[in-house]
Amino acid sequence: MSLLSVRDLTVKFAMRDQTVTALNGISFDLAKGERLGIVGESGAGKSITGFSLMNLLSRPGYIDSGQILFNGEDVVQMNDKRLRNLRGNRMAMIFQDPMVTLNPVLTIGQQMIETLMAHRKLSREEARQIAIVKLREVYIPSPEERLEQYPHELSGGMRQRIIIAIALLLDPQLIIADEPTTALDVTIQADIMELMLELCQSNQVGLILITHDLGVVSQMTERTLVMYAGRIIESGRTREIINDPQHPYTQGLINALPQQTVPGQRLKQIPGNMPGLASIPAGCAFNPRCKYATDLCRSRVPETVHYGEVEVACHEVQRLNSDEDRQEARA
Amino acid sequence: MFAYLAKRVIQAVAVMFVISLIAFAIQGNLGDPLRELVGQSVSEEVRQQLRDELGLNDSFLTQYLRFAGNALQGDLGTSYFFKEPALDVILKKLPATLELVFGATLIIVGFSVPLGVYTAIKPDSILSRIIMGLSIVGISIPVFLTAILMIFVFSVEYGWFPSYGRGDTVHVWGYWETNFATADGWMHIILPSIALASIMLPLFVRLIRAEMMEVLQSEYVKYAKAKGINPWRIYFVHALKNTLLPVITVGGVQIGTMVAYTILTETVFQWPGMGFMFLEAVNRVDTPLIVAYLIVVGFIFVVTNTIVDLIYGLVNPTVNIARMGA
Repeated sequence: MSLLSVRDLTVKFAMRDQTVTALNGISFDLAKGERLGIVGESGAGKSITGFSLMNLLSRPGYIDSGQILFNGEDVVQMNDKRLRNLRGNRMAMIFQDPMVTLNPVLTIGQQMIETLMAHRKLSREEARQIAIVKLREVYIPSPEERLEQYPHELSGGMRQRIIIAIALLLDPQLIIADEPTTALDVTIQADIMELMLELCQSNQVGLILITHDLGVVSQMTERTLVMYAGRIIESGRTREIINDPQHPYTQGLINALPQQTVPGQRLKQIPGNMPGLASIPAGCAFNPRCKYATDLCRSRVPETVHYGEVEVACHEVQRLNSDEDRQEARA
Repeated sequence: MFAYLAKRVIQAVAVMFVISLIAFAIQGNLGDPLRELVGQSVSEEVRQQLRDELGLNDSFLTQYLRFAGNALQGDLGTSYFFKEPALDVILKKLPATLELVFGATLIIVGFSVPLGVYTAIKPDSILSRIIMGLSIVGISIPVFLTAILMIFVFSVEYGWFPSYGRGDTVHVWGYWETNFATADGWMHIILPSIALASIMLPLFVRLIRAEMMEVLQSEYVKYAKAKGINPWRIYFVHALKNTLLPVITVGGVQIGTMVAYTILTETVFQWPGMGFMFLEAVNRVDTPLIVAYLIVVGFIFVVTNTIVDLIYGLVNPTVNIARMGA
């Protein structure tokens, strides 16, 4: 049985004059200890997916339908008490910006100890000792002193290490990391990613890494989901997705990487912008930006099909690839 | 710490200087002190002579320096009516006013936090809507009207509370008499305290609610939820502590303002404090007493604000008083 199994998850936002669909029937699985990347542009629904998994959407967002089975239990149906027991304990989350994630008026120690004591029957001193051990695991120097400090006394990288330590406090089975390095210095980004990879591997923790950085995904994860306008448009093993993307959008993303461009030339970008949630076009949401779009693409939402090594939601995937084959044959 | 304190004290002195200047400038424009002293039966030559003796013909600057010099030695002039040093008159009335302000502060602190937090957590509940509606009413009705209405309802119609005075008070030390030692004293202070709180309480409920709602949207509250923390702990530890930081600052200013509001409350309830005394002094054109009142109230204002700033530094870990001041 997989650790996490998401089935037809639909999330909607009740706006003043209309209800928009932010996630449209997404499904995926995660095995124990598996690391999964979710990539896509801003607004594709990556973060909403992450928050939904913990049933932590705040108004006006809500889970409209679908299941989130975690160890076979549906997170969507859990009552508040079960949810509290899940959050931070069996499923932990690392937020995007460490500068605003920690409470500014509570010490690091208070924020770590309260998490432990919310889930385990421990004395304050026992909790403190566990906190110190976890801070050591994320290479925080002199952890005893850090416990007495307030967040503003620490650097961004240090704070994100502490947030990772808090995520690991209760030995969860799954960590959801929502763009954990976006707000950090480039030099620190690599350190943090390396640390997360090391800790996930050594503790057998499942990881869902939400990011727009394909380089990070290829380095960190075993499988990848590509999201566009609230749907998963391509999924499969990370290696296949990076080396042989099938969906025109994924191909566009890979081609836009600076590594794919000859120095001195303009970066190859995907023309246009992702549609807003209120104005998703009919058919395949990507069709206005897709150079292969046909009338079918403009009228019907593509089914997800198994193609080669990946799952892809594109009407034209076969034609597209045979075109490529032809081009290659000609070359 | 020392540098910070020194800086605050210098600021306070500057504010007191401006207050004293304004108060003194008023003095020269509130009628003729000589008429208050000698009446109308004295001839013009004697008046001029008295004027010279009293220094009333000196330049503004000379007069002000004399006034400021005396004030620094604790001499704020002599009340025409009481024939006593003005400062002594005020200090005798001060305990009654401070106890009234204390009573109102208790009500404000005791009710504004739970009501503000509740209306922030459950903004759509019927009770919240009622509280918010009443708060508008409370802010809109002037204190003297609230006070008169309360006297009419609770003293005249129902007879639950006395309508005027301090009732049984007990000497604590010096001339400090307290209302909080006897049941009768408590009964007397309840209505005036509520009346005095009637404007500030709704203000604070609304302030706490607005701040709290903003804090509840913050990332760290969301993060606390993601850690599985009990909602009560999130509301009262994670959110409230951040909510109260700006509230403390506003609160300090408002406590100072409340001392001024006591003029209305004390007058309606015939409360023998310095607000009531001030109004009487105005009626009697007792200029030295008016000036002394302005300076004492200004002083209270400055002191409370300085204390609030220090408390703010203690509560907010990002303000380090020990290292501040440069």
